[in-house]
Amino acid sequence: MFAEADLLDQWRLPEWLTLFTDDAKYEVPCTDLPPDASPDTNLFYIADDRIRLGERVKRLMKRTAHAEFPHSKTSRMVGNVRIRSRTDDEMEVSCVFQTLRTKDGTTDLYFGTSNYRLTTNGDGLRIREKRCVLGSEGLRPSGRISIVL
Amino acid sequence: MNADNAQPALLVDPAQRVFKVARRNFVDHEIFEAEKERIFDRCWLYLGHSSELPKPGDFISRSVAGRSILFTRDAKGQLRALLNTCPHRGAQVCRERKGNAKSFQCFYHGWVFGADGKLRSQPGEESYPDGFKARDTSNMQAVPRYESYRDFNFVSFDPNIVSLEQYLGNAKEYLDVICDQTDAGMSIVAGSQEYSIRANWKLLTENSIDGYHAMTTHASYFDILMNTTDNMSAGTGGGFGYDLGGGHAVLEYGAPWGRPVAQWIPGWGEAGKTEIARQYDKLVGLYGKDRADRIALKNRNLFIFPNLVVNDIMALTVRTYFPMAPDYMVINAWALAPNDETAWARKYRLNNFLEFLGPGGFATPDDAEALEHCQRGFKNSKEAMWNDISKGMGKDKPSHNDELQMRAFWTQWNRQMFPTPIPSIKDVAA
Repeated sequence: MFAEADLLDQWRLPEWLTLFTDDAKYEVPCTDLPPDASPDTNLFYIADDRIRLGERVKRLMKRTAHAEFPHSKTSRMVGNVRIRSRTDDEMEVSCVFQTLRTKDGTTDLYFGTSNYRLTTNGDGLRIREKRCVLGSEGLRPSGRISIVL
Repeated sequence: MNADNAQPALLVDPAQRVFKVARRNFVDHEIFEAEKERIFDRCWLYLGHSSELPKPGDFISRSVAGRSILFTRDAKGQLRALLNTCPHRGAQVCRERKGNAKSFQCFYHGWVFGADGKLRSQPGEESYPDGFKARDTSNMQAVPRYESYRDFNFVSFDPNIVSLEQYLGNAKEYLDVICDQTDAGMSIVAGSQEYSIRANWKLLTENSIDGYHAMTTHASYFDILMNTTDNMSAGTGGGFGYDLGGGHAVLEYGAPWGRPVAQWIPGWGEAGKTEIARQYDKLVGLYGKDRADRIALKNRNLFIFPNLVVNDIMALTVRTYFPMAPDYMVINAWALAPNDETAWARKYRLNNFLEFLGPGGFATPDDAEALEHCQRGFKNSKEAMWNDISKGMGKDKPSHNDELQMRAFWTQWNRQMFPTPIPSIKDVAA
């Protein structure tokens, strides 16, 4: 998680993407939904499968991703890391996050809890699921999620 | 008011095909204050959709044009729009964002109201005169006007405003086309997007009906779309923009993306093909081929003056927004969907929504960036004074990527802001 935050802060997104399994999900639910809501039946802010996550990374590395050109500066803090459950090949981990983003003289704060499902078989940990549950009431004043939380 | 005594808000000359908007309209604090009185206090404003309150006792607290509104379904099933303020001393009676309740208690002195806003009881009742509870002034006050059309609920703070149906005028037909995607009714999907843009609210009005910016602002989205639609092989076919009167406007056009009702794309595979064909056949059965084709194959970006956008595109969005400062607005957006939709279609509808729309999508953040950079550009508005929205002016039938829709908005805005043209300046728009 700390390594992940570092890759994201350095905008090494293609490398960050390799942390995810082929069946991975990356989700940010709307803040008025229960934490276990499904994006198949509820409106989210973000609900990417691995293919769309790849497209997200490709997009963010382009000049035509106008919301992030030039790239904003970000600083991610990860804390209260807890292992919630563990089986032979999977681990559920949660942490709190605070992400600061500065662009064009404005600094936005995103905060909340990230819940991970990590695979523990094979070589090293990989992310099968990352769900960021925002702690704020909606996306005000931060406005948009044009970075990866 | 000083807002009346300065340079004109618009410069219009149909013969020369000039339609210019003063950049001052986006930055001036007096204009912002005047808009509250002359636009937001005098229009019908979107409050919410009936499906958000399915059961008696359901309630939502919502902020509309700065007012705190309690939107409830009372014990008899009737929808109510109440001003969320205690008739006693003014505290907000309901402090939760949504839920279900038999009654609402003001926590300050303990007065209790029904979901219809009527006073039920208060501590120390014996100290009040007989009949106090029967007085209308003892109840929570309703919003001056509240009406709905096809489950779209609106409020107005102008008691003398025309009926909602009269106000919607030609926009009704487009709401009908959108709601006729099914004969089973439409509902808001759970999950509301609440975000903000550091720009003037009118920039989002313009952007919502701007068919001209897509290929440049959203280039990175179209790169992705190419992969899911076999290089945009599906029907596109252009389209047109329409001034619906009253400031309302719409663009209607073909587009390459899949529509869950009911345009198939290769990315949806054979299962999707069967489902889309079934939906299409149902529409033909209900309305005949012409209307079915319009519902299934045309996209609509519908704008209802001053701040409601219903986008019937790759998904169906309902979006409303309010100015908080000349350079800051808050936005609420929802997904609307047919009640009888299959799980497959619902999933793809929401998938489509997120891919393009919303503050985490691949398009809306770039719109927000563009609007914020317009707002920054307006720092030069004393010297570089005018925006130009003359594209397509004078054409018999302007294309959906011309700027007729924006001229429709601005003409109504100007009519309400400056009902009497400033006599000394002959160029100001009628």
